Amino acid sequence: MNRVIPGFSLSLGITLFYLSLIVLLPLGALVWQAVDVGWERYLAIMSGARTLSAFRVTLSTAALATAFNAVYGLALAWVLVRYEFPGKRLLDALVDVPFALPTAVAGLALSALFVKNGWFGGPLDLLGIQVAYAPLGIAVAMAFTSIPFVVRTVQPVLEDLASDVEEAAATLGASDTRIFLRVIFPAIFPAFLTGASLGFARSLGEFGAIIFIAGNLPLKTEVVSLLTFIRIEEYDYPAAAAIAATLLGLAFVMLFAVNMIQLWQQRRIGTGD
Amino acid sequence: MSRSLRLSRRLILTTTLAVALAPLVLASAPARAQDTPNAILNASYDIARELFDAVNKQFEPAYKAKTGKDLKVNQSHAGTSKQARSIVEGLEADVVTFNQITDITFLVDKGFVAKDWQTRLPNAASPWYSFPAFLVRKGNPKGVKDWDDLVRDDVKLVFPNPKTSGNARYTYLAAYAYALDKFKGDEAKADAFAKKLLSNVVVFDTGGRGSTTTFVEREQGDVLITFEAEVIGVKDAYKDKGFEVVVPPTSLLAEFPVAVVDKVVDKRGSRQVATDYLTWLYSPEGQKIAAQFNNRVVDPKVAEEFKAKFAPVKLVKVEDVFGGWDKVQKTHFASGGKLEELFVAP
Repeated sequence: MNRVIPGFSLSLGITLFYLSLIVLLPLGALVWQAVDVGWERYLAIMSGARTLSAFRVTLSTAALATAFNAVYGLALAWVLVRYEFPGKRLLDALVDVPFALPTAVAGLALSALFVKNGWFGGPLDLLGIQVAYAPLGIAVAMAFTSIPFVVRTVQPVLEDLASDVEEAAATLGASDTRIFLRVIFPAIFPAFLTGASLGFARSLGEFGAIIFIAGNLPLKTEVVSLLTFIRIEEYDYPAAAAIAATLLGLAFVMLFAVNMIQLWQQRRIGTGD
Repeated sequence: MSRSLRLSRRLILTTTLAVALAPLVLASAPARAQDTPNAILNASYDIARELFDAVNKQFEPAYKAKTGKDLKVNQSHAGTSKQARSIVEGLEADVVTFNQITDITFLVDKGFVAKDWQTRLPNAASPWYSFPAFLVRKGNPKGVKDWDDLVRDDVKLVFPNPKTSGNARYTYLAAYAYALDKFKGDEAKADAFAKKLLSNVVVFDTGGRGSTTTFVEREQGDVLITFEAEVIGVKDAYKDKGFEVVVPPTSLLAEFPVAVVDKVVDKRGSRQVATDYLTWLYSPEGQKIAAQFNNRVVDPKVAEEFKAKFAPVKLVKVEDVFGGWDKVQKTHFASGGKLEELFVAP
């Protein structure tokens, strides 16, 4: 056993105490407030046109952002692990910037870039694509704030992957595509899935970056976190709690599903495919 | 096991405990530091930061000269609904300087401000006032003159979300009052007017300053609607862009109410200094600063002095058109109210 920090029961006690204080207590308070709303009122809140639209907008843009990050994040992790080039360490450090940056600053910067008089927005506008103040802008903000999740979960697994397995596959005559699909991808799949779903969950709740670029038009570009904020501004705490608790539930269901898939994957590999 | 190892283990143990408990100790420290009433906190609205910066710079030395005591007025700025909530949840603000009455009413309901707050200071506790006005782009290309122009199909608007901004609630009410007058009290037609106005908005920011940024820096929309004070301020700040101020013939009076937070000043012993601060806002010096920041003021002498700066306007009152703020809150702004209905309808 590794016992650099002494006293298992003491460490465990501190761990549990702070986990409860920092994570479980606020979540518990939220759920408790939502339970207070009552079933009928909850259904009325959740089936409102505006609530439904906010969930539809949020879920679809989060899916789009996650799809983009899944492909691009994987490529980024691959390049960082497999190649040597000048500026690699800088690129590696840059990946963490979305985590370190206040999301509101990210939102401001992104909206400055993507509006019609911005660097990216101008050319895109000529092509007839509107990003800022449209659903696409929300997806851009989400992709920005959640990209590190995919890279940072896939990267260490790729680093650990011994290249002799790949070489063996190659000597047996497997094509590059086949090696990637049958050897590399299955090995990194659990990490990849975890990264993508953490990114998705983060996107669901993102607020700061989005409200600057979304336009916030009800039924069009209003996300769930903004609607929660609006309900609180109206002093309507029950509605805010109900919406927030639903979002929390969604995130939990997703994390649970990912755990199940990982378990299944481990078993499948463990017994030999 | 060697002695030094045991020693280091104890060291680790104490360090771990200290690190684990440090946040608790730190968290309890600021509460004690606030007991000294040589500083008060003014909780105010979003776009009044510069105004109260200037007010405090003059008030602090004036107070020192009069009483011989040092005083620091701290500022907190955000949407006023958020400020009211923060105060109920424990923000120790001695005074509030808001841009709408409903958020002070909320503090009254929660027992933080006494019911008679509007009788304790002149002019129903509003030292200055403003109203929703328009800012248009150079040369006023869309020819915007009045509220009617804002519901045209070819005119795109920018103002904050009326659900999160008191500023925008005035805009919504001003347009609604205009429509009621125009359609001789026909509510259905006024509803349609307000709905069209809301659907002409291209971006809803959460606060007044956000909308200014969207209009000025992001170049969205043809018309920015916000308090006249902000409209003139933006025009002056961006001289090179050639924005023009359009004051509609009629608009809605926006009172900027101020109040001492009774529960907080009683606890902190700061009632006198908080009252002095608010009273000073009515002094010629205080009124001058407010006028310099483009607010219309109640002191007749100061108002006369700044007359050239402001265009004539006829202002209607919430009390006269809508029967008071309580009623407005219930029928228009509450969850499920009229604004919600008009706001989401496609």
